[in-house]
Amino acid sequence: MKYKVLNFLRQTALLLLVVWTVVSLVTLLIELVPGDPATAILGEQATPEQIQGFNKTHGLDKPPFFFSYNSEKGFVWNGADNRYLDYWKGVLTGDLGNSFRTNRPVLGMILARYPSTIELAIAAMIIAVGIAVPLGVLAGTNKNSLIDNFSSFIALLGISLPTFVIGPFLVYLFAVKLEWFAPTGSANPEDIILPAVTLGAALSAIITRMVRSSVIEELGEDYVRTARAKGLSEKTVIYKHVLKNGLIPVVTILGLQLGVLLAGAIITEKIFNWQGLGLLLLDEGIGKRDYRLVQGCVLVIAVTYILANSLTDLVYRRLDPRIRLS
Amino acid sequence: MNRLAYIGIVVAAVFILTAIFAPLIATHDVTAINTAMRYAAPSAEHWFGTDAIGRDVFSRVVYGARISLEVGIVVVVVSSILGVFIGAIAGFYGSWTDKFLSGYVFNVFLAFPGLLLAIALVAFLGAGLGKLILALCIIGWVGYARVMRGQVLKIREYDFVQAARALGASDFRILFTHIMPNAIQPLIVQASLGMAGAVLSEASLSFLGLGIPPPAPSWGTMLEEGRGIDILYNAPHVLFFPAIAIALTVLSFNFIGDGLREYLDPKQRKR
Repeated sequence: MKYKVLNFLRQTALLLLVVWTVVSLVTLLIELVPGDPATAILGEQATPEQIQGFNKTHGLDKPPFFFSYNSEKGFVWNGADNRYLDYWKGVLTGDLGNSFRTNRPVLGMILARYPSTIELAIAAMIIAVGIAVPLGVLAGTNKNSLIDNFSSFIALLGISLPTFVIGPFLVYLFAVKLEWFAPTGSANPEDIILPAVTLGAALSAIITRMVRSSVIEELGEDYVRTARAKGLSEKTVIYKHVLKNGLIPVVTILGLQLGVLLAGAIITEKIFNWQGLGLLLLDEGIGKRDYRLVQGCVLVIAVTYILANSLTDLVYRRLDPRIRLS
Repeated sequence: MNRLAYIGIVVAAVFILTAIFAPLIATHDVTAINTAMRYAAPSAEHWFGTDAIGRDVFSRVVYGARISLEVGIVVVVVSSILGVFIGAIAGFYGSWTDKFLSGYVFNVFLAFPGLLLAIALVAFLGAGLGKLILALCIIGWVGYARVMRGQVLKIREYDFVQAARALGASDFRILFTHIMPNAIQPLIVQASLGMAGAVLSEASLSFLGLGIPPPAPSWGTMLEEGRGIDILYNAPHVLFFPAIAIALTVLSFNFIGDGLREYLDPKQRKR
């Protein structure tokens, strides 16, 4: 029990430390902008008054950090009135600042798009599992057969082909040639299928391989022999006994991949003009040099990724007693 | 090694030779615009057809190999040197150094989705080859560091290392003349997979408009230019050839990496 509590505290401390570092890195990213953000936003023709006003509105007139380095004065202590602390205060109170372009709250802009990205990621996951589990079971129960080789080949393609190759190919095949789906957008419910398949292809390939090796491994276990000796049908043995144990690693990979899907959705959203967080980051943020919005999007995606991974770790520990006890 | 790894080696060799001899292989000037030949289909004159402003797609795919190879090699070399150095320090000195590096620094870099970090860096630094390479090195080194740390942790306990220590060899000497040569195998696997990753990341960033700016013939930029729905209807070759080039290159280095891993790991090797 003591070990469990200590381990939990250690994991939580590490999680908080990682989140703190990620937020700090994102906060300081704006210092990397060549020149200064105000000139980048307002243009070279902006008057000093306009630049001053812009900097004041967005808190850019304050020093970036607690201390700064100056070639003449060396290290200078700036005190607590700095941009780093301001951003942190904002993050803790749910305020990610205002857009440099529209002056709208960044958090509101992100929350308006976030559900679309989550929807896409979940759809990708459902499609991936829907394809991969039956394919993996077929491959695992027919080891070294034609089905097995075929599923291995499909899985290899899924893993190796990048999203921006699969996506346009799917558009070409299903939207241009067969005309089954609209090439881009999200006007109809079925418009999610092509982006979800694109985003879920790699995951589907990973799960297929995983289910296959799990099934092969579990089929050699004593309990499977016992189940067969009891006279259970092969279908019951596979779906009720083998899959139950074989799916544990799949749960982990699903959790870990949720974060990957959220990050990978950036490219998929661009291909299909899917109005999610990724497109907000690319078009409104990076495209229009709205650095505050970029900071917010990167922060939200990164923190979601970290939390998804940590949650998976917890779920996995609950599911598999061997990990809990080790 | 398995058969796929040999196929990978052949494809990778073709890719590398194409990149090296691009000026001899390309049939046209990659930046030469010919508006009279917009979206021309593949023909004897233009083997892979032409793009939106009449540039020869074959020549651009050939020169694209050069950009991918350049980015891949620089990223693999720089991030492996950095990763090996940091990983070696973590594994060799252990204790708090290891706790800080592998327990904290590695976790921070692994906690950030690689592509997102690269996007963020390029977004703030600005686009360009140098900045793209810098971003990819920043996300790439941690893979090498983890592998190196694991190797050093294992090898430092071997008798020959203890013997070297007993003979009074310095830490530097033990690390670089005794441990390193024995830790190199998994690093080669990592480098091969890292090459695939770097090519893919360069293409991804260029596809998103954050990589090498046009008119440089990056495969990712070419894909981005060819994915418009009108182009897919009328001139799919603009998209297909760079897509095939990326897919084959990434596949080949992944095959080599997987094959090497299997070959170097006696547990996985089929006897």
